[in-house]
Amino acid sequence: MALPQSVIDVCYFIAALLFILGLKRMSSPRTARGGIVWAGFGMLLAVVATLLLPDMHNRGLIIAAVLIGVTAAWWSGRRVAMTAMPQMVALYNGMGGGAAAAIGASELVAHVVPAMDAVTVGALSPVALALGVLGALIGSVSFSGSSIAFAKLQGWLDRRFVFPGQQVVNLLVLAAAVGLGIVLASGHITLPLVVGFFIAALLFGILMTLPIGGADMPVVISLYNAFTGLAVAFEGYVLQNEAMIIAGMVVGAAGTLLTQLMAKAMNRSIGNVLFGSFGAAATGAAAQAIGGSQKPVEAADAAVMMAYAERVVIVPGYGMAVAQAQHKVWEFAQLLIARGVKVKFAIHPVAGRMPGHMNVLLAEAGVPYDLIVDMEDINPEFPVTDVAVVIGANDVVNPVAKTDPSSPIYGMPILDVADARQVIVVKRGKGTGFAGIENALFYADNARMLYGDGQSVAGQLVSQLKTLDA
Amino acid sequence: MLDGFLALYIFMLAAFTGYEIIARVPVILHTPLMSGSNFIHGIVLVGAMIALGHAHTPFELAIGFIGVLLGAGNAAGGYVVTERMLEMFKSSKPGQGGKESK
Repeated sequence: MALPQSVIDVCYFIAALLFILGLKRMSSPRTARGGIVWAGFGMLLAVVATLLLPDMHNRGLIIAAVLIGVTAAWWSGRRVAMTAMPQMVALYNGMGGGAAAAIGASELVAHVVPAMDAVTVGALSPVALALGVLGALIGSVSFSGSSIAFAKLQGWLDRRFVFPGQQVVNLLVLAAAVGLGIVLASGHITLPLVVGFFIAALLFGILMTLPIGGADMPVVISLYNAFTGLAVAFEGYVLQNEAMIIAGMVVGAAGTLLTQLMAKAMNRSIGNVLFGSFGAAATGAAAQAIGGSQKPVEAADAAVMMAYAERVVIVPGYGMAVAQAQHKVWEFAQLLIARGVKVKFAIHPVAGRMPGHMNVLLAEAGVPYDLIVDMEDINPEFPVTDVAVVIGANDVVNPVAKTDPSSPIYGMPILDVADARQVIVVKRGKGTGFAGIENALFYADNARMLYGDGQSVAGQLVSQLKTLDA
Repeated sequence: MLDGFLALYIFMLAAFTGYEIIARVPVILHTPLMSGSNFIHGIVLVGAMIALGHAHTPFELAIGFIGVLLGAGNAAGGYVVTERMLEMFKSSKPGQGGKESK
């Protein structure tokens, strides 16, 4: 069974429209949920229409591959914990890049000409060939790079991997990939060249991602997301498929802008993320010495401090999410609210592993989003806050970012929790944060350390509050 | 069919569209949006299906099959993850939540 091309063109048009409208709806909290459903319908329509294209072969094979891919991804996406969302986005994004690269590869392989005669390819225009090669290059980098990002966030790989002369090696591999790509694009398509091109492109994605530290990973994932969008658009041109061009290009542009916004929120430039070695400065330059000592506090005392406070601001970090403490923390906050304490949650733009990640995790626990306040809005309120509770956050509340120019996080905007009358820091142990930087806040006079796993500490605070009420 | 310049116009206008849609987005939605745009480039599945649908040699079939597999994973996984994230947007004040607004 097949549909006429005109019907299919209409389906693609509607799909492209639904993608754009869906993305537009997703950019406002009130309509976001409908947005993904709209886009989902667009996707379904485009896939069904493609299956019914007039000159399609291997339909059984196509349906089998779609079913396997959809089932595996659906199953994994359903059961993964919310904390693991960033690496899942990386994984699915990498798959998209890989698919784009596969399209490029199949086009190239179909146009392999004998090595001897260097005739230009008949069926593909020079522009289509060039864009096809470029899309394959970008898609391959996105595929292997995203896979490394996934492995890192999943904890399968050491956080950073550096060796001397790394930049030079990376540059050489990139040059090899681009060089082979140019040869292919000029019409000299042979199998060894195609294979060499893909190996170089995949290798570059791996090498480029390995030295990047975990803290910068969200920016990198977002960048690869934009890459995949571009690759899809270019391969769409090769296949003369407008839906792919439009959807890919929209994502390419949106993803680039998102990447810039994220990098800005972390006070880092994209170039700095990709080529600067984060953390190296901390070990090299002598960081300012931090005086004083960490002063511990018991859960009972902490609970009393907060129970009789007027304003409490809770600053959650990724550590809270790892400990799965968000539900207990919200239960605790509700008890405080019931006592008449004004409770707010303060979120740093890069709290969690991605901007907005912490909002999602708190929302999962049932925290209404009007209690969640952004950094710019909460910072002026810290001086009138009685108790600021830092749970599993570290670098985003480190005053060193303001005071020590030699620190790698110097200049990063932070939550000014140190301005609060009292600060309680819930922390597993005395170690440093994700960026490996000593935190001056923990040694401040008004800071008290409440050691323990986030979940059990929150549980203790809840039971202490309940005994106060009884 | 698409000649060079027509395609160039599509590229340009689509890029502006993407830029404008994202330009004024609250931080709270950055992660869901990244995930949502990740889903939308799952349209690559369509291209992979076309590639597999025109494959002849076993090698081409294998590449096409892998492409469709990966593309389907991108589309389905992107959808599930985005939907799960957006499911959680609720407000304590009635009338503002995601459910009430269609």
